[in-house]
Amino acid sequence: MIDQRFVLLSKEDNVFVCCEQVKAGVEVCLEERMLTIQTEINVGHKIARFDLIQGDKVIKYGAPIGSTTENIAFGEHVHMHNMKSDYIASHTRQKRAGEE
Amino acid sequence: MQGYLRADGRKGIRNLVLVTYLVECAHHVAREIVNQSESDDVQLIGFPGCYPNEYSLNIMENLCSHPNVAGVLVVSLGCEGFNREQLSQTIAASGRPVETLVIQKAGGTKSTIAAGLDRVKDLVSAAQKCEMVAMDMSELIVGTICGGSDGTSGIGANPAVGHCFDRLIEQGSACIFEETGELIGCEQIMADRAITPELGEEIMKSVEKAENYYTLMGYGSFAPGNAEGGLTTQEEKSMGAYAKSGSSKIHGLIKPGDIPKQGGLYLMDVVPDDTPLFGFPNISDNAEIMEMIASGSHLILFTTGRGSVVGSAISPVIKVCANPETYENLSDDMDINAGKVITGTATIAQVGDEVFDLVAQVASGKQTKSEELGHQESIITYKRFEAIGPSCLPTVR
Repeated sequence: MIDQRFVLLSKEDNVFVCCEQVKAGVEVCLEERMLTIQTEINVGHKIARFDLIQGDKVIKYGAPIGSTTENIAFGEHVHMHNMKSDYIASHTRQKRAGEE
Repeated sequence: MQGYLRADGRKGIRNLVLVTYLVECAHHVAREIVNQSESDDVQLIGFPGCYPNEYSLNIMENLCSHPNVAGVLVVSLGCEGFNREQLSQTIAASGRPVETLVIQKAGGTKSTIAAGLDRVKDLVSAAQKCEMVAMDMSELIVGTICGGSDGTSGIGANPAVGHCFDRLIEQGSACIFEETGELIGCEQIMADRAITPELGEEIMKSVEKAENYYTLMGYGSFAPGNAEGGLTTQEEKSMGAYAKSGSSKIHGLIKPGDIPKQGGLYLMDVVPDDTPLFGFPNISDNAEIMEMIASGSHLILFTTGRGSVVGSAISPVIKVCANPETYENLSDDMDINAGKVITGTATIAQVGDEVFDLVAQVASGKQTKSEELGHQESIITYKRFEAIGPSCLPTVR
């Protein structure tokens, strides 16, 4: 069973995509498991569908979109802080201004 | 559906007079001519630089002889590097009336503006005599680009445009998607969709070239807003962007200014060839839109998640908004609400059909939101390309 707020784009994916903002502390049911969301997840952001290990490929749309840089627990936010491109580093305004 | 028949046999969906400046130094004079002319169908494009560049000349020639363009006024300072003689010859050879004013010879700002207004008046009245004839969907060229992408772009708007592309290609239209730098990570999947193995190889090479280019520059095409919107890597952005291409076979690989000779799906390689010489492949979305128009696009489908307000000179831009919050916030600028996919109130196919219907309406004269608001952005940059190989524009379907 999948929570309406998180969609699975392809059955091979190991991340869900958020379609409705979810605040920290909210309970959701994913992969038939109850889970408490730890940090606010905004629309368009991803959370882990399984426990992921450092170096795992992150799969979205059925294709690899980068690799994890640390272990990521089931339900945890997957973003710039714990995954990276396998091609080209992603730059953000904060990083450029040294405010990270 | 009806189109404006040009002397070269091409058919347009708009009937514009272009005023074009050949160097930034002539920009103000050209802009004043456009601003002071009474017709809404007079638009401004131009090239800012002074050093000569084959690519910018080629793009300018293609824009000035675009099927939506009825006639052109060229505004030159006089000493710039741009080859104005060749430009006006190409426009004349396409059967379009062309007038040239050289500011240094015409007596400066005031007298060039006055002369320009006279010439534009004549060009507009010539344009109004253009014959309208029946035009089929198979004669339409449609480009697509994404700008201000976020995590919703690849879920709602891009696949909806992909659905629309599939339907257009069924009708015989030529559809162009971009860009190799935003398709890094999708190269093998695209190569597998190529109509011939040779084309597949060329697609792989074009993405590899893009990756090298971006690596040398130190940046991908990943903007801060992409990260705020949930995207994490270039390849994640790519996969979302790739959804715009739909599911048809890829029939050809083109470079900016190459005009598809028949219907089908085309990938546009926008990354300059060889060692990077001219900065980033495209410095903004509008640079890429101009390239798609230079390749004959009558219409541009622009998908966005974060929200963009741009339109374009020459060809109408239809904006498809992926993110429901953005749509609510910027609804005056958005033509299609693909956020309905995210909120679960419409399917991708339903939104895709809506895009298809709007393409047909806009091709028949309906104004897009950005046209109503007067958006006419345009940018042409420096680039260099080798001539395209025969495997890239296959004649078989």
